[in-house]
Amino acid sequence: MIDVAEAVRNRMPAVTALAEKISVRGLHFYYGKNHVLRGLDVPLYAKRVTAFIGPSGCGKSTLLRTLNRIYDLYPNQRAEGEIIMDGKNILAPEEDVTLLRARVGMVFQKPTPFPMSVYENVAFAIRLYERLPRAELDVRVEQALRRAALWDEVRDKLGVSGMSLSGGQQQRLCIARTVAVRPEVILLDEPCSALDPISTAKIEELICELSSAYTIVLVTHNMQQAARVSDFTAFMYLGELIEFDRTSTMFTAPRDRRTMDYITGRFG
Amino acid sequence: MPEHTIKAFDTELQDIARMIAEMGALVEKQIAAAGTALMLHDVDAARHIIPVDLEVDKLQQEIEHKTVLTIARRQPMALDLRETIAALRIVGDLERMGDSAKSIAKRVISGAGERSPAEALHALARIIERVRGALRQVLDAYTRRDVERALGVWRADQAIDAEVDALMRELIAQMTADPRKIPICTDLLFCAKSIERFGDHATNIAETVYYMVKGKVLDAERPKSSAVQYGTPARS
Repeated sequence: MIDVAEAVRNRMPAVTALAEKISVRGLHFYYGKNHVLRGLDVPLYAKRVTAFIGPSGCGKSTLLRTLNRIYDLYPNQRAEGEIIMDGKNILAPEEDVTLLRARVGMVFQKPTPFPMSVYENVAFAIRLYERLPRAELDVRVEQALRRAALWDEVRDKLGVSGMSLSGGQQQRLCIARTVAVRPEVILLDEPCSALDPISTAKIEELICELSSAYTIVLVTHNMQQAARVSDFTAFMYLGELIEFDRTSTMFTAPRDRRTMDYITGRFG
Repeated sequence: MPEHTIKAFDTELQDIARMIAEMGALVEKQIAAAGTALMLHDVDAARHIIPVDLEVDKLQQEIEHKTVLTIARRQPMALDLRETIAALRIVGDLERMGDSAKSIAKRVISGAGERSPAEALHALARIIERVRGALRQVLDAYTRRDVERALGVWRADQAIDAEVDALMRELIAQMTADPRKIPICTDLLFCAKSIERFGDHATNIAETVYYMVKGKVLDAERPKSSAVQYGTPARS
């Protein structure tokens, strides 16, 4: 297989100026004997949005699960290869996964607010990593809610249950919870698939804003969403990276026939 | 190319392509009719061209409407996106070609072609044949997604420009030599300019076909005929 990331670097001199926050190198992943990632090489550029697209089962969510080693929580799942973040291989056994998960936050497909108040949903996350006086904690909670573009809607009801918010608000609450611990990377796994169009637009707007401060990795089935919010797009198929390029190129003139077939709706 | 999972999408794209071919054929007929009317100074034939241009315009509107609906319904990507954008651009060029045919017809009605120097008329006839050929070829390139054929049209435009330049020089020489010919020759000058525009639109379509198939813009500088000598600004 061609080294897609390398090819991109060679083809686009401008890309070399971008810093690779994370470099995925020769990544293999197994669910038991099921080999689902087959030697993945892909750069994730700092303060850029990279979208992963591909048919169900192509391994894009699995890739996301390796980036914060959440798979460690499950038996019989293992990764091989390297995921270099800021020069260090996060797959190394000595990696502190608790710290890693603070640096690499994750937002899931379905909003997952905790059964506690809006305020506590955010404060809880901060307390996992830091001990702060109440006043400081209040500031951090407000900052996080503002970053998640939720503050104006909840400022007067910080005490109500997070579960009582609308779906879109719940998802933004989860994003607030994620950014509250000041991560460097945010992983979004189909963050809008359970949301209505207006909530989706708000989240997309938020993703664009957050990308000025964070490295964002987005898994989505919605091609238009990838086209709208990402700077780079990766197309995966059967556990392999087929094509990686600037989003503007991927959706107008992809090079690989399989990418073309997939994004134009001619697949299978 | 495999079919879309949604079959109606294929049908829509095929319909658009078919309608463009139809519109192109109609425009080609209009160009031929305008040429013949000019050669024979056939005012009746020229009058017939004008209402047909309304059909050309109507086809343009229909194709544009269909294409816009397809974009709204299907959110085309990649090749499909390029095809729909190409459709909008090509119908624009075809419509302008139709307008140019109409403006030649109007000049025939107001006297162009009458008592015109035979040599100039023959030169015009030759150029019209060339641009008709270019249009036919580029429409064929569009239908077959044939980049080489499109590039052929793109390259050949310089020969059309050169012939138009030569004809214009000849007309200007005649006007200088005999000011009584100024009205007749001015009409022919305008006709020559319209005919040159046919070639330019065919070239635009060739560039659109290139973009549609290749996904990139044809960025080479198009070969141009030698500098224009007769004092009018060279077209960009």
